[in-house]
Amino acid sequence: MSIKLENVNYFYSQGTAYEKQALKDINLEIKKGEFVGIAGHTGSGKSTLIQHLNGLEKATSGTITYDGQDIYKKDFDLDSLRRKVGLTFQYPEYQLFEATVFEDVCFGPKNQGFSEEEVKERAREALQLVGFPEELYDKSPFQLSGGQKRRVAIAGVLAMNPEYLILDEPAAGLDPIGRTEILDQIKKLHDEKGIAVILVSHSMEDLAHYVDRLIVMNHGEKVFDDTPKNVFAHYKELEWIGLSAPEVTYIMNELKEKGFPVRTDIIHMEEATKEILRVLKKGGERQ
Amino acid sequence: MIRDITIGQYYPSHSVLHRLDPRTKIMGTVFFIISLFIGNSILTYGVATLFLAIMIKISKVPLKFILKGLKPIIILLLFSVIINMLFTPGEAIVSIGFLHITKEGIRLAVFLAIRLVYLVIGSSLMTFTTTPTALTDGLERLFQFLKVVKVPVHEVAMMMAIALRFIPILTEELDKIMKAQAARGADFNRGTLKEKVHGLIPIMVPLFIAAIRRSNDLAMAMEARCYHGGEGRTRMKPLVYEKRDYISYLIVLAYFIGIIVLRILL
Repeated sequence: MSIKLENVNYFYSQGTAYEKQALKDINLEIKKGEFVGIAGHTGSGKSTLIQHLNGLEKATSGTITYDGQDIYKKDFDLDSLRRKVGLTFQYPEYQLFEATVFEDVCFGPKNQGFSEEEVKERAREALQLVGFPEELYDKSPFQLSGGQKRRVAIAGVLAMNPEYLILDEPAAGLDPIGRTEILDQIKKLHDEKGIAVILVSHSMEDLAHYVDRLIVMNHGEKVFDDTPKNVFAHYKELEWIGLSAPEVTYIMNELKEKGFPVRTDIIHMEEATKEILRVLKKGGERQ
Repeated sequence: MIRDITIGQYYPSHSVLHRLDPRTKIMGTVFFIISLFIGNSILTYGVATLFLAIMIKISKVPLKFILKGLKPIIILLLFSVIINMLFTPGEAIVSIGFLHITKEGIRLAVFLAIRLVYLVIGSSLMTFTTTPTALTDGLERLFQFLKVVKVPVHEVAMMMAIALRFIPILTEELDKIMKAQAARGADFNRGTLKEKVHGLIPIMVPLFIAAIRRSNDLAMAMEARCYHGGEGRTRMKPLVYEKRDYISYLIVLAYFIGIIVLRILL
């Protein structure tokens, strides 16, 4: 059970002056139930990559299979793929259009052809999953705050009952509280419902905190694909491609340079606190 | 699919045509279009074809790219060609019932097709080689004389420039909106006509909202930089004719006079 990309290449505007290779020979497998992060500089190809996962963009060459089935085969049902691989874009404004929040969330399941009862049931369930307050169901989606709009957009995709959920910068532009709230909610979805989550983000702190596996893109190529700990160990290389490691990783490295015998493979704040305390308790003399 | 629309697009390259003053290109295009309507014989259209072919060659814009711009007018073209062919009175060649294909009809239809196609190619060649900003700058200068009769030339040109600037932005947004809705299972090609029209709502609503939000932001940004219309406004790069522009005017003029002479003589 997985989405698998083999030697995928993608060119924008092929045959014109604007031609640009957005993906270079990508090989990738994302299994059901994983929590994967994708990081990369603006224009590194991460948005293009995620649009290949549900067949919105068609690769110039290479194959993509879903549970072993080639999604570019003529008889492959792309509709069902998009149902199973839900994708929300960075800006919820791109998809909100109905008069009320509730009707908007109904759009997805309605397209799937469920009965009215079932559509409503699914919409209600999806809105509950993202923690959207019930008294706002009849509000216009355009009157909501940025964080609430994101929730509605995510619910709109969740209502289709996907097995994979791809989120493009779900927390960008939100205040710190809104950020944690929405990301915690996504984590909960993953843990409780077993939905595979693919999280695109610029924030290394968020990625370190939530994902189990981190893919780093640069100029259309996949440069790292490992656990966050292992990826952030290469923090120098990450800087060359315009990214960075979480702040704590830097602090630990500098402490080490200053002579404190701390571990440097640390990416979480709590872990760092423990490690520093451990070293200090042991005497903490500089070596 | 939306990216395929090439009419009105700019094609970056380094040709003489790209470097010409926009006013030269606008006037050249106008003369070329007029010449298409003056011409009435195979010979005049031959000359026009040669002229256009040379211009395309100089512009370094691939022919394939130019021809792609003709796609949207195919239906209009077919329609007018067929109407002309069938309903022009004259010497009938083929008759099917009450329909007569006449010699005059075919002649008219062919000329019409040539005029229409060349008109589109000629004017898209201008937009391919001129950035939208340069184009509106050129128009603003050319219509400067209308200021005498209190036409707000600068404001109209600014509106045009903004409208042109928004086309690629909005196509990009449209692309993203369509994808976002497709990800939620929307299908824009299936169903009856009524369903198809209904299917446009999920696209049009976000698109209009995006357009309004964008224009609001732009207005704010302009105000913040003290924009107050054309009164007393100077330019960083004023348009100045250079030698190549005078030469181009001469070439266009020679071509234009040539067409007129051919028309009178033949």
